[in-house]
Amino acid sequence: MHTAPRGLSRRNALKLAGAAGLAGIVTAYPGRRTFAASGPPLELPVERTRITIDGETSNAIAIGGSIPAPTLRWREGEEVIVHVTNRLDEPTSIHWHGLLIQGVMDGAPGFNGYQPIMPGQTYTYCFKLRQAGTYWYHSHSASQEQEGMYGAIVIEPADRDPVRADRDYVVLLSDHTPEAPEAVLRKLKVSEGYYNNGKRTLVDFFRDAGRDGLGSAMRDRLDWGKMRMDATDLADVTGYRFLVNGKGSRDNWTALYKPGERIRLRIINGSAMTIFDVRIPGLSMTVVAADGQNVVPVKVDEFRFGVGETYDVIVMPTEDKPFTFFAEPIDRTGFARATIATRQGMEGEIPERRPRAVLTMADMGMTHGMDHDPMAGMDHDPMAGMDHGSMQGMDHSSMPGMNHGSMPGMNQNSMQGMDHSSMAGMDHGNMPGMEHGSTASQNQAVGWADAGTPPDAKALSYADLKSFRAREPRAPTHEIEIQLTGMMSRYIWTLNGEKFDEGAPIRVAYGDRIRIKFVNTTMMAHPMHLHGMFVELENGQTDRMPKKHVVLVPPGQVTSVQLTADEPGEWPFHCHLLYHMASGMMTRFIVEPRTASL
Amino acid sequence: MRTTMTSPGRAALTAVAMVLVLSTGAARAADEPRLDHQSERFHEEPPILGTLLVDRLEHRWRDGQNSVDWDIQGWIGGDTNKLWFNSEGSKVVDGKLERAELQLLYSRMVSEFWDVQVGVRHDLRPEPQTTYGVLGFQGLAPYFFDVTAQLFVSEDGDLSARIEAESDLFITQKLVLQPFAEMNASAHRVSALHVGQGINDVELGLRLRYEVTKEFAPYVGVNWERKLGETANIARDHGEDPNDLAFVAGVRFWF
Repeated sequence: MHTAPRGLSRRNALKLAGAAGLAGIVTAYPGRRTFAASGPPLELPVERTRITIDGETSNAIAIGGSIPAPTLRWREGEEVIVHVTNRLDEPTSIHWHGLLIQGVMDGAPGFNGYQPIMPGQTYTYCFKLRQAGTYWYHSHSASQEQEGMYGAIVIEPADRDPVRADRDYVVLLSDHTPEAPEAVLRKLKVSEGYYNNGKRTLVDFFRDAGRDGLGSAMRDRLDWGKMRMDATDLADVTGYRFLVNGKGSRDNWTALYKPGERIRLRIINGSAMTIFDVRIPGLSMTVVAADGQNVVPVKVDEFRFGVGETYDVIVMPTEDKPFTFFAEPIDRTGFARATIATRQGMEGEIPERRPRAVLTMADMGMTHGMDHDPMAGMDHDPMAGMDHGSMQGMDHSSMPGMNHGSMPGMNQNSMQGMDHSSMAGMDHGNMPGMEHGSTASQNQAVGWADAGTPPDAKALSYADLKSFRAREPRAPTHEIEIQLTGMMSRYIWTLNGEKFDEGAPIRVAYGDRIRIKFVNTTMMAHPMHLHGMFVELENGQTDRMPKKHVVLVPPGQVTSVQLTADEPGEWPFHCHLLYHMASGMMTRFIVEPRTASL
Repeated sequence: MRTTMTSPGRAALTAVAMVLVLSTGAARAADEPRLDHQSERFHEEPPILGTLLVDRLEHRWRDGQNSVDWDIQGWIGGDTNKLWFNSEGSKVVDGKLERAELQLLYSRMVSEFWDVQVGVRHDLRPEPQTTYGVLGFQGLAPYFFDVTAQLFVSEDGDLSARIEAESDLFITQKLVLQPFAEMNASAHRVSALHVGQGINDVELGLRLRYEVTKEFAPYVGVNWERKLGETANIARDHGEDPNDLAFVAGVRFWF
């Protein structure tokens, strides 16, 4: 495979695809590597192809001949050389998502002097691996990522891996649409709500009126109407098939095990637009790494999964039976499914589908217009210990019947005081006040954070993530507030109200320790991704703040991170929802060298 | 009645035409990102998009002459600047064209929900053909009403105005009820066009469409138009009924 000629013929491409397919199987056995990195340079041609999902074929773009692209298994400390050849008739690029890397090798056109790879050209990436863990790579040009340009990176640690596993699988989730991405973006811009097939209808109104009373249902509709917002706006794009390692739910990608084995699943959300709720009914998952960085193991039943994030989990099935890996998008328009089985061809049960949440006023700008500054000086840490249970219990069970009109008058201060960073995947299991078994909850989840988690199940919360190694972080010397903003009706997404390159870039000095505060003024969650550096999530874990490259900021909430600006360069900083980035939700994060003039 | 073009009217039209010419060129330039890193261009250009909505193309059955009526809008441009097109009109089935109006506007985003629009309107019918300067706004009002409000200055300097609003009520995901209302007013009597001073007419419509796809929806409905005040008197003097009730069936589609 390494000797694949630059002038790749169709037949060779097919061979390469076959080899890449094999490589996917090879990854099942730890110790074997798909590519011997210390060997010759790796060849990754980029070309148009067709993908068949559950029997339906559509257009796609492949890196290295397959979708997903071949899993790159490397070892920490190695130097790797990758030749990427563009066989498309448009510019392309490959970005190494999560890797600490020299700017020009990061692969984002328009940043750090990196130019897009023009048709027919080959670009040689060359970098040293400074970290271990699960990462991924994808196109950073146009909407090519949506068309299949994504693959997994697995970097084994230079030293002994603290995570022991008998089996090691990559589980790469993605969303695929038969539509051309340009057509998707156009529809989003010319026809608001085009892809929302779950709008609130008159039928819903009468159901809600019957349940909560006519006045309440009316007030709720009027509140949303007044804001010109849609309570069912959870995801912008539908028509997706949800894939596990490029396989549709009927194709059923299967991971094999022997009862009693420890299986490491390296789960990557390589979707363009889809936030998932992930679970494996019958198996609890022990999260051992987040965004490639080891965390103190935490046992969960499910987790909410932002676009671009990765979680490594250990599962230990002891029985000889198939288990279904199940990932539902938060708008519940389908599911990704795979099977963990003792033999090929086994199928587990498809679990019951979870209800689709209806957004509440709490998801929508309870924070609007508030003075956020007092938050800056506040100590977030003690808040993790707040009684989320009573808060959430109130929220979920009584919101439909509440007087939404009077919500703004609620005790906002105490709401604000909550640990927003941990809201994303709250611990529903510990919420005595909640009645998930009630009719309302079965038919309808209320509020963005409500994943419909059963009362006896544990959902991962950001607050659960504790860095494996303790650090003594410096206190941030200054704070940068980033408002996540947008105009849903026009499909313009912005940071601080400005589209990419309209606004001033963010500038920090090399070595600075800063806090970034994301203030989400929109009603959608935004997975915020910074290239070049990890951020440390302020989730109450003081000296064990987890390192992340993507932070999912829930609607209407505030999430803070810290970072040490120790990678000089000009880094992309953007929402990882592809069409949000494409419509402007991106800025430059410039780490400037310290000079006398500073 | 219809004499030479008054100078304020001509001046207004010239100004409007200039704005229009300048704006179409500016539309592209203004939507391009400002770059302070010329060498490091993010290679994606903001897309120039276009769309055309045939909101109403319908047969109207009434006591009297049936007609075919249309209402079309479209635009081409970017997020901030658009070249906007409107047309509406009515033709008697197997008969003459009674009303045909075309508008070409420069549309600029001024807030999250509102565009300000300026441009020209030309009425092919009724005769005499008349050209107007247009200043207006278009957007989404609270409670999801699509609103267009326009001020017109005719080539003769006559001032008139129109406001229209419509909304989509989803009965199911595919069955949509669309109420519609329009009102016209004039500051002057324009006898040649059978327009009186004051509020000229109100129009109310209710259409029920079935979205076979989001892009294509047949519908049925009812449309009621009532001429008022002096305009109604003028209509009566010409032997017309100021009331017009019609049952309609048509298609709504867009690209």
